[in-house]
Amino acid sequence: MSTQTDNTVEPGPGEVDRPAAGAPGLGAYTSRYVRRVRGGELGSIPAIVGLVVITAFFAIVHQGFLTAYNVEALVVQAAPVIIMAIGLIFVLLLGEIDLSAGTTGGLCSALFAVLSVRQGWSWWLSVIVGIALGLVIGLSMGWLRARLGIPSFVITLATFLGFQGITLILIGGQGSITLQSGPIIDLENSFVPVWLGWVLFAAFVLVYAAIKFNDALTRRRAGLTGVPFSVLLVKILVVAILGGVFTYMMGLNRNVATNAFFATKSEGMPWSVLLLVLLFAIMHFMLSRTRYGRHVYAVGGNDEAARRAGIAISRIRISVFVICSGMAAISGLVAASYLQSVNSGAGAQNTLLLAVGAAVIGGTSLFGGRGRIIDAVIGGLVVAVINNGMSDLIQGANSTGYNWIVTGGVLLLAAGFDAVVRSRSKAS
Amino acid sequence: MTDTPTLEMRGVEKSFGPVHVLSSVNFQANAGEVTALVGDNGAGKTTMVKCIGGTYTVDAGEFLFEGQPVTVHGPRDAAALGIEIVYQDLALCDNLDIVQNMFLGRERLTSVRTLDENTMERLAEETLASLSVRTVRSVRQTVASLSGGQRQTVAIAKSVLWKSKVVILDEPTAALGVAQTEQVLALVRRLADQGVAVILISHNMNDVLQVADSIGVLYLGRMAAQVRRSEVTQTQVIELITTGRSGDIGLTRAESTGASV
Repeated sequence: MSTQTDNTVEPGPGEVDRPAAGAPGLGAYTSRYVRRVRGGELGSIPAIVGLVVITAFFAIVHQGFLTAYNVEALVVQAAPVIIMAIGLIFVLLLGEIDLSAGTTGGLCSALFAVLSVRQGWSWWLSVIVGIALGLVIGLSMGWLRARLGIPSFVITLATFLGFQGITLILIGGQGSITLQSGPIIDLENSFVPVWLGWVLFAAFVLVYAAIKFNDALTRRRAGLTGVPFSVLLVKILVVAILGGVFTYMMGLNRNVATNAFFATKSEGMPWSVLLLVLLFAIMHFMLSRTRYGRHVYAVGGNDEAARRAGIAISRIRISVFVICSGMAAISGLVAASYLQSVNSGAGAQNTLLLAVGAAVIGGTSLFGGRGRIIDAVIGGLVVAVINNGMSDLIQGANSTGYNWIVTGGVLLLAAGFDAVVRSRSKAS
Repeated sequence: MTDTPTLEMRGVEKSFGPVHVLSSVNFQANAGEVTALVGDNGAGKTTMVKCIGGTYTVDAGEFLFEGQPVTVHGPRDAAALGIEIVYQDLALCDNLDIVQNMFLGRERLTSVRTLDENTMERLAEETLASLSVRTVRSVRQTVASLSGGQRQTVAIAKSVLWKSKVVILDEPTAALGVAQTEQVLALVRRLADQGVAVILISHNMNDVLQVADSIGVLYLGRMAAQVRRSEVTQTQVIELITTGRSGDIGLTRAESTGASV
């Protein structure tokens, strides 16, 4: 009965035998990588290239662009954008959108300001309540999306407007609430001691290297082809050099007024950098190493397949909105720290578009299923570099206008790129 | 070659309101065999598959699994028994790679509750190797980059990985070219050789005659006949599909003409 069992299979065109396992050559690794890239899996390459190009451009046309002072300004500007973009990536992975992330952040920071300044609550309790509000908002919007089936575009457009109104009423006639000095203000305006910065940098590189090597070793022990050690070393070296240069620059004194009589220095990296690294690590871990993260990708790729595989897709759908709004709340607090106040228009205007732009520029697809947390960081830096560079380049009454036009253009470019890549990988 | 059929249906009835879709259907699928289920459009193939898979519950009739009467109330019950349906539209996630797809919803975890990628990758490779699949370059490529035949291969391999006892393939070759159809049919054969009871639903008579050990023909909601492949010719099967009878096999004349009871 098994006459046609064997030998009826002839490899079709382009289908080659699998290379023998356990041969982790650098050549094989490179060729696999090249093949992936040509197949449309570009990852972060375009965004990194873009970041390098525009940074180089601004560094050439504007002398002071890469000074320690400006780099610090870049980082503190980018921090709230990146944090919001990290949250948005979860929503975008499902092919949904949260237009209200900006105003959610604004509302949460307004509540924080009202509680901590007007009501005199302790800062940490106000922070908890502010973030909790974000989580509740996400839960409600996710519920509306998953259970009632209202398109997320409509739900979040409604809340985008609604929250702006609530923030306006909360802040009231004063127009803004000035925050009292404290840990929240310190996030963006105080600096990690230089020695501690170096210690944390060393710890970061060590942990990164340990994780990478552990992964490679366990793979090899399991008899699977792993990343070649040479590639691993290059990656770790790049991380160490970039981190080292950044830590060194942040260790320089940026206060031009420092002299023998006036000893105040500003040196060290802003505390918000640590917050960023922490949030990045948590979210990256969740998305890439846990069952939950795998299911987020699955629902984003094909929700019917996910449902048949037994995944509770409504729960996943609700959860991404909770994460997104929670991160938006944290982003709102960081933005409040940056401005040292919360005004009645907090989180409105282009806050959300910058964050979505960051995620999309970084390589996250608007169609769902593709994206990584690192996209938020790279894309957020691109957005911050454009913002910062443009404001230096074009002075005068219309500078904000030009700035927005360029950012909008870059966003459109990234989204177009995304659509082209998508159609190409569909076609192949 | 087997004493007890892995799956047996006796006198199964199913109707939607006034429409009698399945009437007293008898059907059996044996381990290690490919049982084809054929019939014209609207004969009740899909309904029958959904009854087996637990999407529908039968109105009357017996459902025996490995000789034991069972009741299937939902897809989960069917999955728990070891019944896997590979749908026509495949139900794979394009953005995930082969390993991730094969383990979707049943991921292996390490002791610290993170994904155990290494074990999953090794098991996926072993499963593909056990099916002599040589057409897949790497189990870490995304499904989006696979051809139709390769996707079908992944979907079938998934059922092997989960040690399914009954695998139902819904038109596995419908969208494939000639070479890929050959590959998938060879795979179906190997799947049966591993001891699985394979139920193959197909419109393609060549596929059915090439690979099936037994053929069940549905005609207007009735099982016209379930015959051994070796005992029938293509003409007979086609007659059974179109008229419900062929010579002395199939329904009686009265049954086949007044089909809707």
